[in-house]
Order: sequence, then structure tokens, then C-alpha cells
Amino acid sequence: MTNTITAPAPVPAPVYDCRQVFAEELTALAREDSRVVAVCNDSVGSSNLTGFRDEFPDRLINVGIAEQDLVGVGAGLANGGLIPFVSAAGPFLTGRALEQIKADCAYSGHKVVLCGQSPGMAYGELGPTHHSIEDLSWLRAVADLPVLVPTDREQTRAAIRWAYAAEGPCYLRIPRFKVPDVIPPGAPFAPGRAVTLREGTDVTVIAIGTLVSRALDAARELAAEGISVRVLNTPFVDPLDEETVLRAAAETGALVTVEEATLSGGLGAAVASLVSQHRPVPMRLLGVNGFAPTGDAAFLLEHFGLTAEGIRRAVHQVLAAAVV
Amino acid sequence: MLTADPAAAARYRDLRKATRDGGADETLEVLRAMSTDIRLRIVTMIDRSQLGHIGGDLSVTDILVTLFGAVLDVDPEHPHDPGRDRFILSKGHCAAALYSTLSHCGYFPDAELDTFMAPLSALNGHPNRRKVPGVETNTGPLGHGFPVAVGTALAARLRGENRRTVVVLGDGEMQEGSNWEAAMTAGHYGLTSLTAVVDRNRLQQGARTEDTKTLEPLADKWTAFGWEARRVDGHDHAQLLAAFAPSATGRPVAVIADTVKGKGVSFMEDRVEWHHKVPDQQQVHAAIEELSR
Ligand SMILES: Cc1ncc(C[n+]2csc(CCOP(=O)(O)OP(=O)(O)O)c2C)c(N)n1
Repeated sequence: MTNTITAPAPVPAPVYDCRQVFAEELTALAREDSRVVAVCNDSVGSSNLTGFRDEFPDRLINVGIAEQDLVGVGAGLANGGLIPFVSAAGPFLTGRALEQIKADCAYSGHKVVLCGQSPGMAYGELGPTHHSIEDLSWLRAVADLPVLVPTDREQTRAAIRWAYAAEGPCYLRIPRFKVPDVIPPGAPFAPGRAVTLREGTDVTVIAIGTLVSRALDAARELAAEGISVRVLNTPFVDPLDEETVLRAAAETGALVTVEEATLSGGLGAAVASLVSQHRPVPMRLLGVNGFAPTGDAAFLLEHFGLTAEGIRRAVHQVLAAAVV
Repeated sequence: MLTADPAAAARYRDLRKATRDGGADETLEVLRAMSTDIRLRIVTMIDRSQLGHIGGDLSVTDILVTLFGAVLDVDPEHPHDPGRDRFILSKGHCAAALYSTLSHCGYFPDAELDTFMAPLSALNGHPNRRKVPGVETNTGPLGHGFPVAVGTALAARLRGENRRTVVVLGDGEMQEGSNWEAAMTAGHYGLTSLTAVVDRNRLQQGARTEDTKTLEPLADKWTAFGWEARRVDGHDHAQLLAAFAPSATGRPVAVIADTVKGKGVSFMEDRVEWHHKVPDQQQVHAAIEELSR
């Protein structure tokens, strides 16, 4: 089922902004298919849609600062036979229009690709109103709405292609925090399919989005200490790859989840709920708890222990718990 | 929570005495000096933080200065006095303008401004009422401050208090539906103690408001929702002062303040990119030079 590959070499990799891929891929899709339209909320620039607008001025709909309208209009465009990519800053798209996402997109089955820009704590200094950390919890609770958290350029491209071809709506987080390429070409990208980035036998770290490279760094450091860490990536937070996660619980006996999201309801909660019912093992959930203090994104990741060092600590803790 | 700067608060008391008891000319002179000071603080803050929304900060300055300098009944040393007037900056991205005004009035020491958006600072990119005295409610997502202002004005009525509530909205922000829901509620209840000010600078984040989503005829919209609309030059303190006179019609008052985004710095004025562009060193010097003239 899963795709196992050898770990990437431990050299500092160049980092990339996935928003570039978003713009390129969406524009390419628009060239291929005249039904593809973009919808935004006074966010042409911040959604990286300037090039799209220049090429397809009629196919970029800007509803202004009006997120409920944004998602409702998106659903209507889908009903009218188009394929809307609705793009806005993550917190406002998901929180502000949550009921439109539920009723107009998911429950009505209107195929709208909801693109949450600059998610997690990318807008660090702008504060908790601008952090998109609740999005995974909120949207995981909505039925019939896959939740996709791509990690790097290749996975962002795969996510956009998948969303375009999918039957129904989905939520797509577009990373802003610059990340290296860590997902091997050809890795699976499908609902319920995890990617095994590194084999290991003592503990499994499941990471998503911008934090995957940090999980790999931690695994390398732990290997030097003699601890064998399996690293999984689950680009679909919903639906989760239950089989691979349960196998990891059984085979390694301990789990750590890592996400740039709140601990209540995101990846960690999804994994914990699954594992506790079918294969209970010690777990540590790394994520964001509480509203963040003021600071830039790098500072805040550090503050919440969302670093290779934080992951390394969590692995030691979970192994200590597993021994008792 | 930051705490008041007693010396600055005392200066503010003198300033209020001057604008209340002095002649019209003196009032305007005091307000103009305060506007200059606030604009200089904004530029300096954004230069330090290398982040911020300078265009909207400079357009809303004279509105904030008129309110805090001459209209609102507030005491920076007692920021939670139950009888205080309530001020809400709904366009919360313009926190730098609000912080500069609050520190000028003595709500907290000026030195705090240097920490704007720095790690662990109280001065977040968007105002936080749990950390900054003078902030009545947390804003940042557009379309939140106005309904909260309606609620606080309703509370005043229910408690028999004759304090007033003033909310400042961005014109782009008027595209949010929640604002029109709030306008309808306030109109329905005839909340005369409520004043909504629209900072009508005709620009939003990515483009001109009228090219994004038409707002005009804006005054007619307010009137249709049961408000008294007053249209003024939002950089003219005298006109603003007149516009903040209490309502005599039994209706809430909407002040549509025509402003210029980036006001006071010629190369920023009415240019969309200065929504949140950060000036380089040369531009900072030019801005300070122009503003100090
Ligand atoms: C709900 C919501 N959507 C989008 C944004 C992003 N945003 C921040 S400022 C801004 C433009 C605001 O324009 P306007 O209200 O006219 O303010 P001003 O021009 O006075 O700065 C936008 C779209 C936001 N803060 N909140």
C-alpha cells in the first residue's frame, strides 16, 4: 500500500514557497479546461493570482472582502457547471464561511476547491486572528469534505491535480512557510494513502505540512542515538490512512504526531481516536495549544516546540511511557 | 496587560482641557499637532517592525485624533471605568495608528511602541484587549467590530447610561455582510448613542473599492438602513468635530469620512501598494521630513 523510500541525504536543502506552484498549476489547469475559475476575496496578490488574472481576466472573480459570499458564490459557480478554486487566507476562508462550507459545498455536494492560503502560523506577527490552526479541526468535522495538507512543491502540485479531478469539494492548505522538497516523486497521493518517508522500528512520527522536514531531521538525529524512527506523512488528514497508521502502532508500539494546528481535533486527535479504539499505544501530540503570543512564524514554531528538537524530546517521552 | 504612563496621561488631561475649554482655533491647533505626532510615530513603528498597514494607518489618523483628542470621554489611567465611552477600531489591521494614539494619550508608555510585532510584545499586529488598555475588543478579521459596537451601545441603553460608542470601519470592510446586519440592528433599535465612521479612502488591499465591489451610493445605503448619514472631509478636524455632534434625529449617525490612503506622505498617497508595503530607509527619511514640515 505505502511507498517506502530511502531517507534523503542530510544536507541543508534549499527551501521553496509552494504558493508559486499553486499559481502555476492553477493557471495550467485553466489553459487545459475552460471550466476552471478562481474566486477570491480582495486577495488577488496574497493568493498569488495576479498572473492568472492577467491571462484570464474574466475567469478571476473577486467578491471583495466578503468570505461568506465568496464560498456561496463558489458553490453557485460549481452548480453552474464550472470548477471553482476558491482562494483566501486560511482563517477567514474556513472560519468565516464555515457554514457555507458545510451546507453549500459539502452537504450540497458542490465541487468547490477551497484553498486556504498562508495556513498554520505563517502570519505569525499578525496574531491569532490570522493564524489558521483551527481549520483542520473545523473541517475534519464536516462530512464529505476531504482535508488535504500538502508538504512541499510536488505534493502541492499533486493535491491541486487531485482536487481538480475529484468528484466533490475538498479543503486544500497551501503552505506559505518555505519548505524543502522532501516527498519523493511518485509518492502516492490519494485519500487514505500515507507516504512512508523512513522505515523504523522503535517509534513512528506522523507529520504533515511544513513540519515534515523537521520530523525527518529529528529521525536522523535519533538514529545517531540508536533509536529507529519510522516517519509517515499523511497528506490526507481526512480520510486518514487507517491501515498504515494502525500497522505503525502495532509494529513500533509508540506514536508521535506533528502538525501546525491546534491539538483539539486535528491530525493528532484523528490518529489518537483511531489508535485508542483499535490498537492503543503511548502517544505524544505536538501542535499548538492556546492562542499564540506575538511573534513571527519561526519564533512561534520554536515556542510551541514544533522543531526537530521538540520532536526529538517527544520521541524520548513517548518511549519512556512505552517502557512503563 | 500594559499599564498607564502617568506623565503622558497628565499631558493628555491638559490637552483635553485645551480642546474642551479653549477657542475653536486652539482646539484645531492642538488636534493638528497631535495628528503630526501620531503620523510620525506610525512611520517610526513600521520602520522598526518592518511590517504593518501604513496606508490605512495614515488615512485614519485624523479620525482617531479628533475622537481621542476632543470627543471621547475616556481616562487612560482608568481604562476600564464602566462609564467610559467605548471606541472600537473595526479595521484592526490599522493597529499601529491605534497604538500610537493610545500611547500618546497615556494608556501605556511610548517605549512600548518600539516592540510593535516583536516576539512576546503586547503590541500584536492586530489589537488585543487582553494586553492593551484602551482596546475594547479584538479585531483583525474584518466585519467584527461593528456588531460588537452595536452590542455595547445596546448595553448602554439597557443600563440607562448616556455614554457613547464609536466604531471606525474601513470602506473595503463595508463589503462584509456582518456590517450590514449590524447596521440594520442599530437602525431598528434607533441607537442614537452609536456613531459609525467609515474611513472612505477608496482603496482596499488589492485595488480601488469601486473597481472591486461598488460601495456607492454609500450615504444612501446608510440612510436606507435607518441611519443619519454625514459626509465630511476626514482630514479636516473642524468638519470631523461637527460630524461627531450628537444625533438630533433619534437615529444612529454614520460619518462617511472622505480620506486619502497614505495621507501626509506624498509618494504613498492614494497608491494601492502602500496598503502594507514597508518603506525603505530613504523613504522613511523622506516621510519623516515631509510629515515634520
Ligand atoms: C475577514 C477578512 N478578510 C480579509 C482580510 C485581509 N485584509 C486585511 S486589510 C484588507 C483590506 C481592507 O480594506 P479597507 O477596509 O478599505 O481598509 P483600509 O483601506 O482603510 O486599510 C484585507 C482584505 C481580513 N483582515 N479579514
